[in-house]
Amino acid sequence: MKTWINIFWLGIKELRSVFSDLVMVILIIYSFSLAIYSQATATSESVNNASIAIVDEDHSTLSRAIANALYPPYFKTPELISPAEIDASMDLDRFMFVVQIPPQFEEDVRRGRQPSVQIDIDATAVTQASLGNSYIQNIVVDEVNHFINRSDETTVYPVTLVQRRAFNPNGTGMWFGAINALINQISMITIILTGAALLREREHGTIEHLLVMPLSSFQIVMSKVLANGLIILVAFSLSMLIVVETILDVPISGSRFLLVGGTTIYLFAAAAIGIFLGTIARTMAQFALLMIMVIIPITMLSGGLTPIESQPEIIQPVTWFLPSRHYMSFAQAVIFRGADITIIWPQLLIMIGLGSIFFSASLGLFRRSIAVSR
Amino acid sequence: MAEQDRPIARIQGVTHSYKKVHAVDDITLDIPSGLMVGLLGPDGVGKSTLMGLISGARKLQKGHLEVLGGDMTSVDHRKTVGPGIAYMPQGLGKNLYAELSVEENLDFFGKLFGQSTSERKTRIERLTKATGLHPFLSRPAGKLSGGMKQKLGLCCSLIHDPDLLILDEPTTGVDPLSRRQFWALIATIRKERPNMSVLVSTAYMDEAEGFDWLVAMDAGQVLDTGTPESLKEKTGAEDLEAAFVRLLPESKRGDMSELVIPPLEEKGGEPAIVAKNLTRRFGDFTAVDNVSFEIQAGEIFGFLGSNGCGKTTTMKMLTGLLPVSEGEAYLFGHSVNADDLETRKRVGFMTQAFSLYGELSVEQNLKLHARLFHLTPEKTAERINTLVERFSLREHLGVLASSLPLGIRQRLSLAVAVIHEPEMLILDEPTSGVDPIARDGFWELLVELSRKDKVTIFISTHFMNEALRCDRISLMHAGRVLVYDEPKHLVEAKGAASLEEAFIGYLEDAIGDKSDEANNDSAIPATSLAETAVGLSDVELPQSSETKKQGFSLNRLLAYSYREIMEVMRDPVRMAFAFLGSSLLLIVIAYGISLDVEDLTYAALDNDKTPESREYLSNFEGSRYFSEQPALTSKEELERRLKSNDITLAIEIPPGFGRDLKKGETPSVSAWIDGANTTRAGTIAGYVSGAHIHYLTQLATNAGVDASAVSKVTLEPRYRYNPSFETIYSMGPKTPAMLLLLFPAILMAVSMAREKEIGTITNFYVTPTSRFEFLLGKQLPYIAIGIVNFIILTLLVVFLLDVPLKGSLLGLSLGALFYIFAATSFGLLISTVTKSQVAAVFATAILSIMPTINFSGLVQPTSTMEGGGHLIGLLWPATYYMHLSVAAFTKGLSFSELMGDILLLAVFGPILVIIAATFLKKQEA
Repeated sequence: MKTWINIFWLGIKELRSVFSDLVMVILIIYSFSLAIYSQATATSESVNNASIAIVDEDHSTLSRAIANALYPPYFKTPELISPAEIDASMDLDRFMFVVQIPPQFEEDVRRGRQPSVQIDIDATAVTQASLGNSYIQNIVVDEVNHFINRSDETTVYPVTLVQRRAFNPNGTGMWFGAINALINQISMITIILTGAALLREREHGTIEHLLVMPLSSFQIVMSKVLANGLIILVAFSLSMLIVVETILDVPISGSRFLLVGGTTIYLFAAAAIGIFLGTIARTMAQFALLMIMVIIPITMLSGGLTPIESQPEIIQPVTWFLPSRHYMSFAQAVIFRGADITIIWPQLLIMIGLGSIFFSASLGLFRRSIAVSR
Repeated sequence: MAEQDRPIARIQGVTHSYKKVHAVDDITLDIPSGLMVGLLGPDGVGKSTLMGLISGARKLQKGHLEVLGGDMTSVDHRKTVGPGIAYMPQGLGKNLYAELSVEENLDFFGKLFGQSTSERKTRIERLTKATGLHPFLSRPAGKLSGGMKQKLGLCCSLIHDPDLLILDEPTTGVDPLSRRQFWALIATIRKERPNMSVLVSTAYMDEAEGFDWLVAMDAGQVLDTGTPESLKEKTGAEDLEAAFVRLLPESKRGDMSELVIPPLEEKGGEPAIVAKNLTRRFGDFTAVDNVSFEIQAGEIFGFLGSNGCGKTTTMKMLTGLLPVSEGEAYLFGHSVNADDLETRKRVGFMTQAFSLYGELSVEQNLKLHARLFHLTPEKTAERINTLVERFSLREHLGVLASSLPLGIRQRLSLAVAVIHEPEMLILDEPTSGVDPIARDGFWELLVELSRKDKVTIFISTHFMNEALRCDRISLMHAGRVLVYDEPKHLVEAKGAASLEEAFIGYLEDAIGDKSDEANNDSAIPATSLAETAVGLSDVELPQSSETKKQGFSLNRLLAYSYREIMEVMRDPVRMAFAFLGSSLLLIVIAYGISLDVEDLTYAALDNDKTPESREYLSNFEGSRYFSEQPALTSKEELERRLKSNDITLAIEIPPGFGRDLKKGETPSVSAWIDGANTTRAGTIAGYVSGAHIHYLTQLATNAGVDASAVSKVTLEPRYRYNPSFETIYSMGPKTPAMLLLLFPAILMAVSMAREKEIGTITNFYVTPTSRFEFLLGKQLPYIAIGIVNFIILTLLVVFLLDVPLKGSLLGLSLGALFYIFAATSFGLLISTVTKSQVAAVFATAILSIMPTINFSGLVQPTSTMEGGGHLIGLLWPATYYMHLSVAAFTKGLSFSELMGDILLLAVFGPILVIIAATFLKKQEA
């Protein structure tokens, strides 16, 4: 009981410290408002505003129809270029796609000679290249069919395929972008904030002051984890409510309580990592480097940029140790798929486990690190 | 010598405020030249501020200030006279670079003043010989004792023959022997350069006796000026200390009664503190060497010695903060144990640095500690009430601790340390930097605690008059206890007139004992000063080149670079992190980020179970894109497994599929795609359509129709640059862009912020360094680190990731150079606007990670983004470098084709440096 009273009072002190630092407060507010908003709205669709050019050597009704069918938002209005310009313009990245319509294209189509349309694709943008290619192919085939049949009627196939997107029926990219951004921000801010809280006390010498009082390392570390976790939890909830749900209009299918509960567990794990880094770094420069080395994998390999199952086999076991990976799948399940606790309990357990490991490791190193820091 | 042609500094109506506090309040004063002028007064009366203003390190806020015959608000004048002024800020070795050796420090300062190599060599030799630092030329400044640090500081100040030497409390925290040597040194130098004016501030009144002219200050104002004699005469006091007190306004004098210490009652019994052969080593440095002593309960035990002699380390070992290397320590008969919470409740501790929470008010600080010691609410209220009365803190209750004057802070620290009524107090230099009156007040409290409450007090100090008040003291030097006994016995034993002389005697004995050891810090034989004094004038020195050029100096710029390189080299861990870290991240990220959507988990809900339905499903089996999971049996299961992320795709075949197909009734198959990750969902949709079309073609072929003949047009997609369509050809070149930005930027920001925090930035303020020399000079080493990193990463990309560099290496390298320059400039910019290292790291990370990962085209090309993100991407250098890198590696473009990106990248660095330069002030506020 006394332990928790101490933690409570130390925690209050911790909160006061953070709020007295204006730069930190501003950066936290920015991270949970503008940063989320711009990230969510920037990454709309995978193929969006793609630059495209047409080499029209046919100058027919059909070739113009194809050109007209490529329009925003997927593609920019196509530019007409000459065949000689293709290489140079693609080299300089003026166009991501170039569609070449050969001479006598319309004529050949009409006579059933199966003329070929060449599509040059800049394959250095991998995702956009493959999706854009399939869009262009569909558009060309549709236009050609339309031209031949002189109607909107499409060919009747023996079997039709109906594709349905579960959880995000319209495929609004912003939903995923917003959640992804929010998750990355809380990972990053929590780690920096808690690590910095420890380093700041060390710089000011107040940590020694705490250590000579009848307080255990557990109380000191726990108060930092709890206080900084609480700040981020509040920031997260507000950001979720105001930015994500209200401004960006992202629906949350699952239980908000469950979401907040799981987030709390994740924040414990992330804060423990922050403290852990704070205990192994001797100087601020070392902490900064360590932090980058941890934050980049934590945010990039959590499954937000690349789904876990697509990661190479060698990397997958490594990412298993990143709490962010489990939190990402937890959050997606609750927010988009409306999962309940019976479905996502394994993630919660793993996060608790990983958090405890980092927490105990920092406890073990705590006193030693203070001693060495002189 | 009192009459000089014109004052060295003319101060008229100068006021300087920090927020609302006037540190210097409307001072008008002429400081005569050619003299040794002392600024007297307790801490926080504005001495340091005034000195900062005169040196030009601080920016004048209000009033008029002329130094060396010109207006200090004029940039031109400051540039002209700057080299004539030397300023040594308060704090031991504050403007020295701890990692650099004595010689490197001196060399750096020489370079800043544009001295040639040979000139520097002569000067360094001369100065170090004169000060006795010569044997320690290669020792890092951080490992010097306090006295030696101050000597080195003095050498650094004297390297350019200044006309005005400003020393801010140069002897605070220095042992008496070193202090004596320091003043002797100054005297020698003045003899040799009689025209040099010296402006000194000091807290030791006895030192001030030897000055030519004094300025007594209090509360930002000048009380009186004159020679020591005239001041004593005016006040009718015997010594300066008394004279100063009499100059103070009535209300501040405190009660003038002499502090009486009742004799200690011998209680016998168990000693409160026992140290047996305590030793503590840091690496190969022995901070505390075989220290033993016993402290009786109720005793006031003083620990006397200079800064860095091991007092603090010993105290930390006794409190369990530091593990002991060897030996034993007992408190109340218990062996010291870091986990022993019970013993800690009986001890109060006050560390050297002010260690309360500045962001909490006085009352909040007291309450926090009462709560942490679990006093009951009633007890808390009672204790706080008592302490507030006893320590006169009532009027400050609501004030933030950080805004209290030092003397009151120390009272608060003591109040906090005794809030739980401890039986023992361990106080590490509690009165350092506190004025004499406040010190007396503080001691009254200590005496009361000791004699009335029977508290054992273990206190360290470097003030002799405080040591005299202790029941027993121990003299410490270079990690060893020289002797411990009652003060009067020590004086008697040495046959000395005062404790100070006795201490000097013991120090000289100790030094004599081991004068041949290189470890010996202040080992200057008394004669060496006189000898080298002759040497000082012997050497014919080239005229200092200081007046020649005040414009941009490449040498000065390189001096900063060289110094930074030395510092970086001394922290190999940091370098290892930077190089290994980025290599490791490159591998993890480039491999880990795969945009090829593969192995999608899917399951089928076959409601038909006919050969036809199985044929349809066989399309998905065995594809590298799909990985089949156990079949679904119901719609509910389908939903549940999608929800739990067990599958990302479900194919639902309706009942009667086979029958309808045969009848030509166009059955409809449903594909349920997990739409949470929209990008992935889009890709899956494409794959599913592909599989579906494949099935239709097969169906047609089986029916004897040539499917290929049916289509009206053939489409020939050509995947340029990356025909095999592998993510690595895109991520391989792009990942270094991320690492080459983040690492240099953050290293740069920390290095700069550290300079601000430690105080070495003062050297930039007071030397003729221009902003661009400073900014670019500090940047060069980090650019070099970035370039090495670029080479390592490029080799890794080519040989480990197997991504060939098809285009121009020259173009890529040039772009990388500009890009790294932009990155370090960004770090500089951040650190010029933040105050602490923590804030610099926080800001750099938060402001750079997001744009680099999300808006620079790492996964999604910037051109396809919208809104704010698009704009940020356009303004962020990583965008152009990623573009350039992909173009050089994968597209194989030539130098001229890469020119566009290179030129854009070249723009960022200079712009950022210019912005940073406008934020970086040449003077402190």
